[in-house]
Formats: sequence, structure tokens, C-alpha cells
Amino acid sequence: MSAHASAAIDDKTFYLREEHHPENGTLLGFWTYLMSDCLIFAVLFACYGVLGRNYAAGPSGADLFDLKLVAINTAFLLLSSITYGLAMLEMEKNRKGTTLFWLGVTGVFGACFLGLELYEFWHLIHEGATPQRSAFLSSFFALVGTHGLHVFFGCVWLITLMVQVGQRGLILENRRRLMCLSMFWHFLDVVWIGVFTFVYLMGTL
Amino acid sequence: MVVMSPSGDIAAQQRDLIVISTVLMLLIIVPVIALTLLFAWRYRESNKEATYDPDWHHSTQLEVVIWAAPLVIIIALGAVTWSSTHLLDPYRPLSRVAEGRPLPEGVKPLQVQAVALDWKWLFIYPELGVATVNELAAPVDRPINFQITSSTVMNSFFIPALAGQIYAMAGMETKLHAVINTAGVYDGFSANYSGAGFSDMRFKFHGVSEEEFGAWVAKAKASGATLDRATYTALEKPSVREPVKLFASVDGGLYDAILNMCVDTAKMCMKDMMRIDAQGGLGKEGIRNVFALQYDAPRSRGGHHAPPKRFVAAACTPEAPRDGLTVERAAPKPAYERRADAVRVAPLQTAAADAAASAALSE
Amino acid sequence: MTPSPVEESVLFGRLSLNALPLHEPILVVTFAAVVLGGVAVLGALTYFRLWGYLWREWLTSIDHKKIGIMYVILGLVMLLRGFADALMMRLQQAMAFGGSEGYLPPHHYDQIFTAHGVIMIFFVAMPLVTGFMNYLVPLQIGARDVAFPFLNNFSFWMTASGAALVMASLFVGEFAATGWLAYPPLSGIAYSPGVGVDYYIWALQIAGVGTLLSGVNLIVTIVKMRAPGMSMMRMPVFTWTALCSNVLIVASFPVLTAALALLSLDRYVGTAFFTNDFGGSAMMYVNLIWIWGHPEVYILILPAFGIFSEVVATFCGKRLFGYASMVYATVVITILSYLVWLHHFFTMGSGASVNSFFGITTMIISIPTGAKIFNWLFTMYRGRIKFELPMLWTVSFMVTFVIGGMTGVLLAVPPADFVLHNSLFLIAHFHNVIIGGVLFGLFAGIAYWFPKVTGFRLDPFWGKVSFWSWTIGFYMAFMPVYVLGLMGVTRRMSKFDDPSLQIWFVIAALGAVLIAVGIGSFLLQIVVSFIKRETLKDVTGDPWNGRTLEWSTSSPPPDYNFAFTPVVHDLDAWHDMKKRGYVRPAGGFLPIHMPKNTWAGIVLAGISTVCGFALIWHIWWLAGASFLALVVTAITHTFNYDRDFHIPAATVTETEAERSRYLAAGV
Repeated sequence: MSAHASAAIDDKTFYLREEHHPENGTLLGFWTYLMSDCLIFAVLFACYGVLGRNYAAGPSGADLFDLKLVAINTAFLLLSSITYGLAMLEMEKNRKGTTLFWLGVTGVFGACFLGLELYEFWHLIHEGATPQRSAFLSSFFALVGTHGLHVFFGCVWLITLMVQVGQRGLILENRRRLMCLSMFWHFLDVVWIGVFTFVYLMGTL
Repeated sequence: MVVMSPSGDIAAQQRDLIVISTVLMLLIIVPVIALTLLFAWRYRESNKEATYDPDWHHSTQLEVVIWAAPLVIIIALGAVTWSSTHLLDPYRPLSRVAEGRPLPEGVKPLQVQAVALDWKWLFIYPELGVATVNELAAPVDRPINFQITSSTVMNSFFIPALAGQIYAMAGMETKLHAVINTAGVYDGFSANYSGAGFSDMRFKFHGVSEEEFGAWVAKAKASGATLDRATYTALEKPSVREPVKLFASVDGGLYDAILNMCVDTAKMCMKDMMRIDAQGGLGKEGIRNVFALQYDAPRSRGGHHAPPKRFVAAACTPEAPRDGLTVERAAPKPAYERRADAVRVAPLQTAAADAAASAALSE
Repeated sequence: MTPSPVEESVLFGRLSLNALPLHEPILVVTFAAVVLGGVAVLGALTYFRLWGYLWREWLTSIDHKKIGIMYVILGLVMLLRGFADALMMRLQQAMAFGGSEGYLPPHHYDQIFTAHGVIMIFFVAMPLVTGFMNYLVPLQIGARDVAFPFLNNFSFWMTASGAALVMASLFVGEFAATGWLAYPPLSGIAYSPGVGVDYYIWALQIAGVGTLLSGVNLIVTIVKMRAPGMSMMRMPVFTWTALCSNVLIVASFPVLTAALALLSLDRYVGTAFFTNDFGGSAMMYVNLIWIWGHPEVYILILPAFGIFSEVVATFCGKRLFGYASMVYATVVITILSYLVWLHHFFTMGSGASVNSFFGITTMIISIPTGAKIFNWLFTMYRGRIKFELPMLWTVSFMVTFVIGGMTGVLLAVPPADFVLHNSLFLIAHFHNVIIGGVLFGLFAGIAYWFPKVTGFRLDPFWGKVSFWSWTIGFYMAFMPVYVLGLMGVTRRMSKFDDPSLQIWFVIAALGAVLIAVGIGSFLLQIVVSFIKRETLKDVTGDPWNGRTLEWSTSSPPPDYNFAFTPVVHDLDAWHDMKKRGYVRPAGGFLPIHMPKNTWAGIVLAGISTVCGFALIWHIWWLAGASFLALVVTAITHTFNYDRDFHIPAATVTETEAERSRYLAAGV
């Protein structure tokens, strides 16, 4: 409610004449959704925690993971978060062109991340380390794959938003959407740090 | 009501617990119900006699009481719960035969291995060397130690007159300690839904005297039938209303093999797999050690075929030497080539990987 | 029923004419009835030219009130299906004695009890509760709609889509025969290779999306859109319970989604999460499903508690006793409901200390619940109780629910649970709390808010017939079931050997028939009330002398709910306004900013249904195509920026003037 309205309220005021518009509902809603998404990851982490050493007499993480590759991948994702941050700064300054530029860079990093992840998966499956081979591999593919799927849809969303910003500029709706995607993107970054630590680092070192 | 008048000491204690808890709760439930009906009657709209106090909505004393009263009951009940849960833990060996009758010196508990099959029960008496299907007997006043597992889906082993239930799960073992105090024939069954034949998954439990038990064992011994892996594999196939069967002798390693899901010696035992996994698995060389058995395919339910079930093949490595009980001899070939009915399922076979797998498997 | 290898065609997956259950006479007759009924409804819609109206005013509506009504209608329709299942089970169990197999083979019977559980929880209780929250929360907090009106419409249609898939399983293929939580390994591909479990998975996944989004929506609505002056501790209790219930939804449904997703991976691609051949663990599924499942029962019961709180205060003509402790009790229950899930499987072999921990946390929940019962009790104390229908349901609830609570605490004592688990005692317990708690609450709520929704009251005579049939029917149907549980009878049995049990099953079946009378008279009550709507008309908008803001507006409320946003000074805002001489504004109305209807929700949900159906039947091309269509449609929808409009001041003035005339005529 506006300052004007609250000043006018006294004991005998039973209604407001002006429109009453709550602020930042979308951001709260999207944040709530992200927390629920976080729970999906929590379940997948828990599964990995329970099943992550059940190799079914097959390979373990130490046998399979290429830490160098994953480190590069992590760098891609972290950099993409920074470039998204830069895009948001440009958005605040109301510069459409540079916003779009940084969004584009973010998208490229995201695509690189996905590409490397797909390569990793392809390589594992080619070696026979498929999700069916052991509970460890099932929970590995489910956790990392779900994260990858999120990044993929994040990229789709990013492209959509770039088109919309291109069409309509940095209008209120688009700013709000960029804020939501920003939360989504950074959230995926945080989840990835968990994946990198618990799955890759603790699995190989 | 068998739950309220059981014949075994454990079930009797569980019954007592039900009674104690119910009485404790009635201390608060009865006044609540009485007050609800009383207030509903007294403060009905047509009764102008009753006080009407529309603004009375708070009383600190009353609030304290309405939180404290249930709290007190729950503290009492919580204490009962904590001690009874530990005392009646199904994994805890018995210390008494019945109330006021401690376990006599030198009484050895009867060992029984119970296996839930589709849809019947197999009981193995490892010390006596006999086994039965859908019939269980035990002498009165002698503790029984059950080891319980399942061949396929989850079941629950329950003889209400004897003791509470515990789940039977494939690849896992649960335990139950109980004793029957009165001779008689009691119902036993699976209490956890396990598919189409579930309603018929029942057996009779005979509580008998020591002499009668001896006679019963002798009858089993006289049956002449042997329960070995082949007999078990046939028995394990889904069936309903399986008649009572007695076996004079049992393959000594059978229960262990059932528990470790390796009655078929081509399959790797769970305990071996766990031992290998604890040491970090078999590396990339172990990847292709997987096969599927066609014979598992026709295990259809509801008129549908299941796809062939995949298994990890038995293997022999320096870290995991072959368990003499579960495998007769070292495999000369990769496991999936050893059996006519085995299907290779490893995806994207490459010659190099095949060679590596063969090498690994033949030591 | 001869097992033959399933051949999958590229075009139709494993769907073939054999999937139609032409050999089951019961299903054929039902199918014929559904087709005839469906054709009659569609014909009537066409004849009366109602398609356009239906599409514009209902199917695409983003008005929270209409969506709430549609949720309630969905829940009631599914109640009929779920209850038909219940009657069939009761009949089977009353018949199948002494060698008789009854009239249902296990294959059919097992699907019925699975479907009964799934439908009653997901497609009856959930839609009814969500419908109530949707309709009432914005009105109670003085808002014009929910925070995300489009999302609301989408959520509803996703729920309806899940319900449609469950209904489809009746006539195309089969439903799961696994029990309502589909424990693996039984629900795995090796033991349930048919489409039943797939129907289960996709119906719940699609409906789950709707439930989760509706949860997010209502949380934001309550947190952000309360009228000025309505602090958290001035919110109506129903809104409080709705908030807690939606927090539980957001915090538990993702776990269900993940658990079912892993189960479907096991089934579709052969991963090893819940089968132990490759190191998985079925126990993990049991844990996950109950981490969702236990909060779920509180998701249902908390709003019912809220309804009773509103009803008690209104019909006792008294402020609710102990508002603050009611709120704290609700919050404590919300938190505790996460710490008790293991009590559903004490018998899985956890140690004594783990079992007692979860047993005791479960018992602790009964403390705030007990406090709530006492609060209602002391609201009645020194009240002036009008025994209208909602209050009758409430008193019946208070008596019935404490019995169910008592048996629940009994089941929380692990050694007692060892003999009662999976028995009919457990069945009687949860029906005792769900019927005596949730369902009685919903009926109280329907009777209470019906005049608000329609503008006329419900006919009390048929309401009372329904009330007594339900109450007596409930006791008759479930007290024998408690007894059977103590006789050591297990749930999910399709036949029995011991003839001494039969009498109890017969009594229970008669009780179910009485409940059927209750449902019948409830429906009759609505029809009769509609016919007598002129005599039952409520022109005041406040027929019960209500206390919360929804009673301050007209019945039914205008599209915009409130011409001006109310300002709140006290708990029971409307009661406070009436007491302190509130005068309805008569003029000076302004244009009101409102969201526009949209086709996107129903279309997206329709495509999801197709996608789910294709996945169930392994029609891969269709699954891929419909998923792509889903994404493209969703993106297309985001390009629509023209999502709102203004109701002109003239329209508002006219609507409000009409109400003034009504009020004047009514006085």
C-alpha cells in the first residue's frame, strides 16, 4: 500500500478508494517455486547419497569421471552466472542492446555447458556405463541429467526472452521475467556447485 | 478377537499395550466427547437460561489447561512407548517365556527361516534340516527365532496369535523373536498386499507339545522329498493355494542363496556384490558383466509379459573370491555365454570391451 | 487373459483393440452408461447453444470463484466414482465367504481398491479442498483475485487432466493393481508390466503439477494480497489453515514428483532405483512416498479445521476462543507433519530407537490437535448455538474425530502397530479421520458457503437427511471394520475363509448403503434447493450473520469481489465493521483493473493429457509431438502481453446500485 493510503487510514476508514496493488508477488511466487524445485534436487541428492556407492560390481565414479572436463564445465556455468549478472546490471541502466549482448553470451556459455555434459554422457554410455548398469549410475544420471534438463529449459527460456526484449524492449513485464530467469539461472548454479562437490569431487578424490 | 486374546507372550504384551494406551487416552477423550454434547445441548439457541457471552474468547488459565492436559497424557504415553518399543523390539531375543516365567537355562530357541514366495510361504528349519510349504509348527513355550525374507515383492509375515508382523523383503532379512504359550492351530498370512494371489497367501501355524513337534519333524523327514536349488526354482514360480508340502532335507546353503538372490548360480550374490562395491566396484572391466535370463520373462502378471530381467553375473576376482556355497566352479566363459537361455543385454558392444570382460571374468 | 508377448506397433504403441475390456460385463455396462450420459450432456449443450457460454464464462475463466466452483464440481463427480468403487468392495467382501470368490476376480478387485484410494485422495479430497481455498481465500483477505489468475486456471485444468486419465483407465486398458501408493517392487516393470501403474504415474504427475502451482499461487496470494490492516494475526482461521496447507503442498509435492519420476525411470528405461538386483532399494521409495504422504493428510485436514473454526464462531455467535493458540497449533502441526513419516512402516525393521522417535513425534501432533478441539469446545461454551446444517456437521465431527484421533495415536505406538498395521483397524482409523474430519468439514463448508456462491440457501430438510445418513452410515460402516481389525483381518483381501467374519462385513456393507443414501440426499438437496431458489434466496449477502470479509459483499459476489478494497482493523473484520457502523459506499466508483480470460490453461492441460496417454501406451511419436506442442504453446502464450482490462466505473456503479436495491427490498 502506498504511503499516501496508510496516512489516510484511521479507525473509521473501512475501505480504500484507490487501487491496492501488492508488489513483487511474481518474485515471491517464483522464489517459492524454486524452493519446491530445490526439493526435487534434494530428493535426487538423497538418492545419490543412499545409492551412490552401489556400483553393482561395476565401475565407480573414480573409474569414470573426467575431472578436467567437469572443471571446464563448471567454469562455463559459473561464467554464465556472471554474464547474466552483467546483463541484469545493463537492464538496470535501461540499455537494451548491451543487455541482449550479455544475455546472448550467457546463452552461449549455457549451450557450451550442455554440449560438454552431453559429450560426457555419450562417452559414458558408449563405454557401457549406462544408467541401467548400477544404482550408482542411475542416481548419477538422474541427478546430473535433471540439472542438465533445467539448464536446457533455461536456455530455451533465455532465447524466448531475448526475442521478447528485442520486440518490446525492457518493459516492466520483460524486466520481471528477466528477474525470474535470473533467479532460476543462479539457482542452477548453486545446485551445480552441490553436484560438482558431492558427485564429482567426492566421487573421485 | 485374536488380537485382544492372543496365545503368545509377545502378542499378549502388545495387547496389554493397546489396552493401557487406550485407557490413557480415554482419560481425555471421554471428557471431550461428554463436554461437546453437554455444551451443544446447554448452549442451544432456544435455551435462554444459559449465559451468552459473545466477547469471551480468551482465558490464560484455560489455555494452559488445554495445552497441558494432552501434554501430560502424551508424556505418559511417550514413556510407555519408548520402553515398550525397546522391550518388544522384534529383533530382541526373548528373556521370558511368559509373564513371571523367565527363560529356563539351556533352552535353545527354535530357528526358522521364513521365505515369502508368490503366493505361499516356505519355512526352513536349518537345525533340523527340514522344510515346509504353507505349514509352520513350533513347540509350546520354546522361543522361536525367525529370519524372514522374500523371493520377489514385499510381504509381511504375520501370525496374530503369536506376535506382531514384520515385512519380508527380497534381498534383505528381517528378524522376529516370539514364543507360543498355548497349543493350538492358528492363522498365519501375509499382511502386506503382494499381488493377485495375496488373499490366498495363508498358512496354519501349529503350536504343539515337544513330543508332537518331534513327531511332526519325523513326518517331514519321512516324506523323502529334498529341497534343493532346482526344487526351489520350480517352487518359486507364482502359484496360489499351494498345498502343504514337507521336505525331508534342505540344501544347506539355500536360504543364504535366496536371501542373496543367487539361487541361480549364474547370478552374483548380493553379499558378494556388496563386498565388491565396498571396495570400489570392479571398475570399467565389470561393466559388461550383465546378462538377462529368458526364463524370467514369462513371469507374467495381469496377462502381460515382463521384459527379461537383467542380472549381474557371478564373478570371481582376487578381491571377491567365489563363495563356495553359491557357485560350484569358476566360470569358463563370460556369464552370458554360459547359459543357453541367457541373453546379452550390454549396450553398444565393442570387441575390445568384450575381450576385456572375458579376461576379467576368467581371472 | 492368456499371457502373450506384447507387440508394440509404431503407430499405436501397445494400444490395441484388446485394451478395451469387452470381456468385463460390469465395465461394458458402465461404459455404455457413460457414453449415453456423455452424449446426452453434449447434445443438451449443443441444443441450448451453451458451448460459447461455457467456453467464455467457465472453461477459460480466470476468476478464482469460478475456478473454485469447477474444482468442487470435479471433486463431487469423482466422489461418485470413488464411492462406486467403495460400494463394489464392500459388496465383494460381504459376499466372498466359504469358498465363494465373490463377483470380482482378484485382478479386477485389486484395481478397484487402488483406484478408490487414488481417486478419493487426489481427485476428490484435493480438488474439494483446493476449490474451497480458491473460492474463499481472496474473499476472506479482501482481494479481487489470486496472485496469478492464469496459473490458477492452468492448475485446475491440470488436475482435471489427471482425473481424465484415471477415468480413461476404466475403459481403455486397466488401472494399477498395486495399492494406492504403488510400492515397488510390486509396481516395478517385472511385477506390473501392464499399463495400470503407468496410468497411475502420469495421472498423478500431471495433477501434481496443478496442485503444486496452485499451492505457490495461494501462498503468494495470502502473503502479498491481504487487505490493508490485515496483519498475519488478523487473518481468518480458514486463511491461516489454507496458508499452512499450501506451504505443505509446496514442500511435499515435489517429493512425490521426484519419487514417481524415479519409479517411471525404473519402468521405462530400466534404471535401478527401486529394484535391488543392481543395488537399488525399494525401501527408499517407501520413505520418499511417505515423506510426501504424511504431510498430504495434513494438507487435507488443516483446511477442514479452518472451516470448522469459521462455522463454530459464526453459529455460536461468538468470537473464536483462543485465536492465537489456534494459529500456533496449526503452525506446529504443519512443522511436525514432516517429522513423522516413518510411522507408516514401523514394520520395515528400523531399530527400536528410530521407531520410538517417530512414534513419539506422531503422538506430539495430538497435542496441538487436542488444543484445537478444546478451542472449538470453549467457543461453544457461553455461546448461543444455532443448529443449522454446518453446525450439525461440526458437532458430529468433534465427536467422530476424537475417536479417530485416539485410534491414530494407538497406531503410533510401534509395538501396537505391529499387530494393527495393514489391518482393517488401520483402514477404519484413516476413514474415521478422513470422513469424520475432511469430508464432514467439506460438507459443513458447502452448507455454510453455498448461499455465498449461489445467492440462495440449501434446503435444510434434505441436508439433514444427508447429515444423519452420513453420520449413522459412517459408524455402521466403520465400527465393524475396527472390530475386524482386532480380529486380525488384513486389508486388501478379496475373499475370506473364516465364516464368523461375515456378519461384520455385512453390517459394514449396510453402512455403506446408508452413506449412499447420504450422498443421494446431498445431491437431491442441491436439486431441490435450485428448484426452490426463489424462496431460499439470500439478498443480504450475509445470511448467517457472518464474521469474515466474504460476507461483506453480495451473494454471489461480483466479478471484482469488492468495489473498494476493504480496510481491516480487527480479527473478524466484517463483524467489526458491522459493529462499528460501516456504511456501504454508494458512489464514486472507479474503473477496476482485472485479468482477462485465457484459452491457454485448458489447451495446455489438454495437450498434457494427450502426452500422458501417449506415454502410458508407449506411442512414442505422439508423446514427442505433444510434448513439443506443449512447449511451443507455452512459449506462444508468453508472447501475449495483453492480459488485463478495466471494468468501467459505470459497470461497477450499476452492479453496486442493483445490490443496493436488493438490500433495500430485503429489509
